[in-house]
Amino acid sequence: MINFVKQCAKASLASLLANKTRSFLTMLGIIIGVAAVIIIMSLGAGAQNLIISQIKSFGTNKIGILPGKADSNGPPASALGIVITSLKFEDAQALRNNPNIPHLSGVVAYDNSSETLNYQNASYTTSVQGASGDYFTVEGGDLADGRFFTDAEEQATAHVVVLGDTVKNELFGDSPAVGANIKIRNHIFQVIGVMKKRGTILVQNYDDMVIIPNQTMRKTVLGIDYLNFIRATVDNESNMAETVAEIKEVLRTRHAITDQSGSSDDFNVRNSADALALITTVTNALKFFLAAMAGLSLLVGGIGIMNIMLVAVNERTREIGLRKAVGASNANIILQFLIETIIITTLGGLIGIIVGALISFLASLIIKSLGYDWNFSISPSSVIMALGVSATIGLIFGIYPASKASRLEPVEALRYE
Amino acid sequence: MLIEVKNLVKEYRNEDVITSVLRGLNFEIKKGEFVSIMGPSGSGKSTLMHILGLLDRPTSGVYKFDGRNTENLDDNELAMMRNEKIGFVFQAFNLLPRTNVLENVKLPLLYSKKKIDAETRAKKVLESVGLGHRLEYFTNQISGGEKQRVAIARALVNEPEIIFADEPTGNLDSKSGIQVMEIFQKLNDAGHTIILVTHETATAEYADRIIKIRDGEIVGDEKVHNKRRGDGNGQLK
Repeated sequence: MINFVKQCAKASLASLLANKTRSFLTMLGIIIGVAAVIIIMSLGAGAQNLIISQIKSFGTNKIGILPGKADSNGPPASALGIVITSLKFEDAQALRNNPNIPHLSGVVAYDNSSETLNYQNASYTTSVQGASGDYFTVEGGDLADGRFFTDAEEQATAHVVVLGDTVKNELFGDSPAVGANIKIRNHIFQVIGVMKKRGTILVQNYDDMVIIPNQTMRKTVLGIDYLNFIRATVDNESNMAETVAEIKEVLRTRHAITDQSGSSDDFNVRNSADALALITTVTNALKFFLAAMAGLSLLVGGIGIMNIMLVAVNERTREIGLRKAVGASNANIILQFLIETIIITTLGGLIGIIVGALISFLASLIIKSLGYDWNFSISPSSVIMALGVSATIGLIFGIYPASKASRLEPVEALRYE
Repeated sequence: MLIEVKNLVKEYRNEDVITSVLRGLNFEIKKGEFVSIMGPSGSGKSTLMHILGLLDRPTSGVYKFDGRNTENLDDNELAMMRNEKIGFVFQAFNLLPRTNVLENVKLPLLYSKKKIDAETRAKKVLESVGLGHRLEYFTNQISGGEKQRVAIARALVNEPEIIFADEPTGNLDSKSGIQVMEIFQKLNDAGHTIILVTHETATAEYADRIIKIRDGEIVGDEKVHNKRRGDGNGQLK
């Protein structure tokens, strides 16, 4: 039996090599299909890694508290332009250093607005962030020059500002900024610090913004009494669920909400670990969907191979007759043609994997040269899957021609001209 | 008795039109005989050979091979019988293309249940037909006479009870033809049973006995008195 399989494999490899052009054209459908699957899986994995690494650099220990009822599937209400005033500065203060929320390592209260800044004759429009609390704990980053504002300045509604790297360059160029006065909505602010260049993480550009005390933002610049959002961090990702529950409890108590189900909440708490899990799920689904679409071309390739094998059975009628005359059983003939088909599809699959890997690698070089942090990867599982699928296609589309060959009557087959 | 045939009938049915090819044949062939089945084309001699060689089944009648009634054998049993007890030599050689001489001769052993060292056995048989020097040649690189000797080696490799040869000299020049017939005679001298199908009296006369067929009926069954023999060099004695 093993010897028989070996002999069949040897014979079919020899006949494949004897008809190189035809063999290649026969395999082309499988080659293209497998290459497409490999490319999509590889580029998909690369894109997924890029997105996930962005989220990870943002931090998976972040918590966002937004005003308005929770609708964890939809966008926050504020993103739709609806102003909800239920979240207050006092809420942030209540969360900060609260002994009932032991794992909350930092809290920052935010009110943001796009404003035009003026310095002498220069003007520049950027995001002004009224951010108070444990700014560096939550957001990270570092000062390039000067200092950050203190809690005392916060309480005193001090007109002080820390500039992002881009803003500093736009308004001051190479000259020092610390100590200078700039205008925001005609209020004079003293520059007390400049942040180090940091770039964009997710959607936030940390260089194209300025930071002022939250109290100053609300009372002086915007004239409001509520927060846009609160951003916080837990000391360890494993304490995320516990901390989120504790935050909800504190806020419900403060807002006099007795319903613990969450349906009466006037705030919602999101965290980056959940977002990461969600994005991973979504990108996985997308990747496998695309791979399945590419896999459809494998089906077409399989049908092409079935066609060629039917022609081959016809061409080799006399050979089949001879094999039967010297003692081949129907099962022997079926096995022989099945082995041939499987060898063709598996070989096509192997070539497809190599072609796909090569194209993915070239694509990764191009993407890298465009400045993205991109990793070339071919997962062993996708290679094994591609080979498995090719062999299975050989099996499925080989059965019909093989059984047709085996049903030939030996006399008819020998007489065939 | 190796072959016993009683009232053997073969008919082909094609949309209500019945064509009788063999009309009730009766004969016996003993082990060790060299028999020619001779008749013009269309006489049914090839059909008879296919039935005797278990490649085809009769419409009615009894065919006992080696004491066994073949009527109740299924396809797999027939395949096994062909593999172990029968060797075929065809007019058109029927060698596998793109395959060397040795692999062609090994082919029947591929389907054999017996544990035989295929390589050694095939080489030995090829040497016995004088092709020991052509083992690695491909079948398109050798002459017609050599091709037919490869086919004979292939028929012999499983040590069959009987060899059927269907017009084995039909595609050969006369010298190669004589050489091939010499091999059959030598095999018969060594005890092999051989059945030769031909339309030429000259070829038929290499055998000891000729069964003449015409229109599906036996019209003669006689011993050959002036048996032809080659001189060992492709010439007649």
